[in-house]
Amino acid sequence: MATETEKFVGKTRKVTSHLTQNEGLSFEKSAPGKKAYRLAELDVPAADAKALLGDLAREDTGTLPELSEIEIIRHFTRLSTWNYAIDLGMYPLGSCTMKYNPRVNEFVSRLEGIAEAHPYQPEALSQGSLGILRLLQKCLLEITGMEAITLQPAAGAHGEFTGILLARAYHQAKGNPRKNVIIPDSAHGTNPATAAICGYEVINFKSNARGGIDVEALAQAVNEDTAALMLTNPSTIGVFENEIHKIADILHAKGALLYMDGANMNALCGKTRPGDFGVDVMHLNLHKTFSTPHGGGGPGSGPVACKKILEPFLPVPVVEEGKDGQLRLNYDRPQSVGRVRAFYGNFGMFVRALAYILANGPDGLRQTTEDAVLNANYIRKKLEDLYELPYNTASMHEVVFSDRRQLRNGVRTGDIAKRLIDYGFHPYTVSFPLIVPGALMIEPTESESREELDLFVDAMRQIAREVEENPEMVLEAPHSTRVSRLDETTAARKPVLRWKSRD
Amino acid sequence: MRYLPKSDAERAAMLRDIGASSIDDLFAIIPEEYRLARDLEIPRQMGESEIVDHFKAAAAKNANGYASFLGAGVYRHYRPVLIDTIVQRGEFLTSYTPYQAEITQGTLQAIFEFQTMICELTGMDIANASMYDGSTAAPEAVMMAMRVTGRDGVVVARTVHPEYREVMHTYAQHREVSSGQVAVEVGYVENGRVDLAALEATVTNETACVLVQSPNFFGVIEDVAAIAEIAHKKGALLVVAIAEAVSLGIVKPPVEADVVIMEAQSFGVAPSFGGPFCGVIAAKEKYVRQMPGRLVGQTTDTKGRRGFVLTLSTREQHIRREKATSNICTNQALVALMATVFMTVYGKEGIKELALHNLAKADYAAKTLGPDGKLLFGSSPRFNEFVLQTDEAPEALNARLLEQKIIGGVALKRWYPELGNATLWCATELTSREQIDAAAGVVASAPASAVAR
Repeated sequence: MATETEKFVGKTRKVTSHLTQNEGLSFEKSAPGKKAYRLAELDVPAADAKALLGDLAREDTGTLPELSEIEIIRHFTRLSTWNYAIDLGMYPLGSCTMKYNPRVNEFVSRLEGIAEAHPYQPEALSQGSLGILRLLQKCLLEITGMEAITLQPAAGAHGEFTGILLARAYHQAKGNPRKNVIIPDSAHGTNPATAAICGYEVINFKSNARGGIDVEALAQAVNEDTAALMLTNPSTIGVFENEIHKIADILHAKGALLYMDGANMNALCGKTRPGDFGVDVMHLNLHKTFSTPHGGGGPGSGPVACKKILEPFLPVPVVEEGKDGQLRLNYDRPQSVGRVRAFYGNFGMFVRALAYILANGPDGLRQTTEDAVLNANYIRKKLEDLYELPYNTASMHEVVFSDRRQLRNGVRTGDIAKRLIDYGFHPYTVSFPLIVPGALMIEPTESESREELDLFVDAMRQIAREVEENPEMVLEAPHSTRVSRLDETTAARKPVLRWKSRD
Repeated sequence: MRYLPKSDAERAAMLRDIGASSIDDLFAIIPEEYRLARDLEIPRQMGESEIVDHFKAAAAKNANGYASFLGAGVYRHYRPVLIDTIVQRGEFLTSYTPYQAEITQGTLQAIFEFQTMICELTGMDIANASMYDGSTAAPEAVMMAMRVTGRDGVVVARTVHPEYREVMHTYAQHREVSSGQVAVEVGYVENGRVDLAALEATVTNETACVLVQSPNFFGVIEDVAAIAEIAHKKGALLVVAIAEAVSLGIVKPPVEADVVIMEAQSFGVAPSFGGPFCGVIAAKEKYVRQMPGRLVGQTTDTKGRRGFVLTLSTREQHIRREKATSNICTNQALVALMATVFMTVYGKEGIKELALHNLAKADYAAKTLGPDGKLLFGSSPRFNEFVLQTDEAPEALNARLLEQKIIGGVALKRWYPELGNATLWCATELTSREQIDAAAGVVASAPASAVAR
C-alpha cells in the first residue's frame, strides 16, 4: 500500500513558486493629507463654489483614498503580480481566443492626433480617424466576404444585439418582424439573452450526435415565424458546420436569415468566408480574432457585417467617401435601426485591430489561422488517449474533451482546471459548451510555440496520472496561489460589494 | 510572420505527430467550394516601422495644435502618467475576465476598489464592474427599472445627451408597451432645466422610471430632489445620468436617485474619437438582484483569507441565458482600471480641487465669452459647460475660430432646432486663460453682416 509520501505528485516544469507582496485595499492604506497630485497654477480667478452652486455645492467627497504616488504605483503593481496573463504564458480559454496582443497596437493607439481626437471635431479635422474606420471596414468586409458593415457595437454581445435588430428591421420592412430566433443548445449564453432583449422568443435547438446542426430537424423547425438562426461556426466544440449551405438554404426558403456568431472567426480568416457560405449577418470580436487586449474583461469591440439586403438598416452614422475624396459621416438613413451606442464605437480598438491586420497582411492572416488549427489538433492528438473526446469530428481551432474518465475518481473538469494553475497555466474553459457534460474546452490559439504546447500537454498528462493515483491533490488545487478556492456561495448569499470603513 | 512562434520545420513535425500530410488536411471539413483559393485583398504585410508611419500619417490628418472647447459628453482632462504606466502592465492588459479567481485577484481587487469609489462619489450603495459606456448604460438602467417596478413606461428629459436618448430609442423601439410611454420626452424651461410641470403631468402610475441627466447636456445642474419627488410620488424610479464624472468633486451627488448611470471617461480616459469609455450603473442596495453586468464581491478562501470573486452571476447570461438581466458579457474592465487609478491619484481632496479648477475655468470662460453673445440659461448653476447664443451662425463662427486654430463649441441646432445659433462650450482645467481670451476675441469680432439666416 502506498503511503502519503509515495503518492504521485507531478513535476511543475513551467513554474517555481515565489513570493508575492501582500497588499491591502487602497482605502486601508489611506491617511489624511497624503497627496499624489499637484494641479497646475490656476490662471483665472478661483471659483467660489457656494456662490456659483449654492446648495448644490458638495462638501464631502466621501471616502476616496489619500495616498502618495509611490504608494499608488506599488499598490497597483503588487495587485498586477497576482494576475495570470497572456504575457506570462498560454491562456487556453476555449472560444475566448486569448492570443498575443501586439505592443505596436498600444503604441499607435496612443499617438496624440489619434488619442486626443474628439468625436465632435469638424469632419475636415477628423479625416485621419475616418480613414482608419474606412480602411478597417474594407479589410473586415474582405475577410468576411460580406457587403456592408458597422463598427459601432462595443462588444460581441452588443454586436449580436445590433445584428438581430437588423434582422428584425428587415422583417419589419416586409410587414412582419416574426416571432422567434432558433439557437442551438451549444451556443454561448449571450445568444439567447440577445434574442430575448430584441423581443424574440428563443427556440432552443438540440445538437445532433456530432455536436452540429441536424439539418432535417432544422427544416422542421424553421417556418414563417422564424426570424433567424443564430449559429456559431465553427461551433463551440470547434467543429465546422460542413452542411452550412444547406442550413442557409433552409432558412432562406422560409424568408429567415442566417446569423453567424463570429466568436470563432480565428479558425476561418483567410481560409473561408462567411459571406461565401450563406451567412446574412454576423458579428466579429476584435478582442478575440483581431488581437485587441482583453484587459481583464474589456473593452471589446463587436463590428457587425451583413449582406446588401440589410444595409439600409445599419446604425447611424455610416462613413462615406465624397466625390472630393473627403470622408464624411452620413446620418440621413431613414430605415436605420438607430444608434446602438454614442459616437462611433470603441475607436481605440479599431486602431489596434487595423494595426494587427497590417502587421499580418493576407499571408500572415492565413498562416495565423493555420497555426491556430494546427495547435488545437496537436493538443487533441497528444491528449486523446487520456481524456475523453465526446465528439470525434475533426477539430478546427479548439478541442473539447470531457471529464468522464476522471469522474470515476471523483475529479471534475473544474478540479483539473484548478490543478493546471499549479502547473503554471491558466485553465481552459470549464463546463462549456453545455452539450458536453464536464467539458474541457481548449483553444491554444496560434500564439503558442511548440515548447509551450508540450509543457501544457505534459501538465495535462501528469494531472491525469494524479487523478488516478492521488486525486486529493487535484481536488484541493490550486496549492500554489495566494488564495485557495474561494467561497462563492457565501459571496452570493451575503454580498459584500464594496469596502466600508469601520468607524 | 513575427507574431507566430514557429519555424516551418516545427510545423512540419507537428503535422507528422498529428498524422496529417499537409495543413490542408486539417481544413478538409470545409466544403471545397467555400475554401478561399486566393489571397485576401487587404494591404500587404507591413513592418513595425511602416505600421507606425501609417498611423502617424493618419494622426496628422486629424486636428493637431488646436485649442478645443468641445465637451458634450467627452471631456478633455489631464491624465496622470501613472494611469498608462499601470494599464500597460501585461498582467492587467492581457488578462481575461477574472472567472478563475485564484489567479486574477489583482483585477478583482481593483474592481472592488472601483465599485467602492463609484459608490462614494455617486452616493449609491452598490455599483457594477462597468458597462460599455454612458449611452448604453441608459437603456440598461431603464430595463432594470422596468423589472423592479413591473411597469413599462419611460419618461426622459430632453436635456439628457441626445445620443444617449437615441440609443434609448433604439433599445425601446420594438418593445410592446402597455403604458404607451415608449421613452416619452419632457422638455426644458428658460433656465435650461427640466420642465417640472410637464414632468409632473407626464409621469403616471404606469411609469417605470424618469431619466434625467445632471449636469445636463447644457451643463446645467438639475434640481434632482424636485424631480425625485415627482417620480417617487407615482411610484416610479429616478435614474440620473452623469456624463461628466469630474462634476462629482464639487456637485452634490444625486442621492435622491434610485439608479445612477455614469460615463467615467473624464476619469483619465482619452477622447479617442469617442471610445473606448467606461459606463457604470450604481444603485440602491435593494435593487442588486436586478443589476445588469458583472459584480465583484468579497469573500474568504478555505483558510479564511480575504479574497474577491465575481458574484451574483445567476443574474447573468452565461447562467440564465434568455432570462438574464442583460446580454452584456465583455465590459470595459481595463478602462474601469484607468478610472480607478485616476480616482486613487486624485483621492478625496484632489477630486474636489480638480472640480473647482473646472468650475473656475468655465466660469471665467462664460463671463469672458458671454458679453459678446448671449449666455443662455445663465442664471442656473452649471459645472464646466455653458451655452452661448450668437447672431452669427455656428458654421461661420466656427470657421473663423478654426482660422485661429480654435475649435469652438458644438452647434446645438442639430438636436435642438429651437435654439438657433446656440453653441455648447466646455472649459476644463486644461483650458488656458489665453485660449479663452483668444476665443472671446474671435467671437467679439463677428462681422456685422454675420446674422443668421
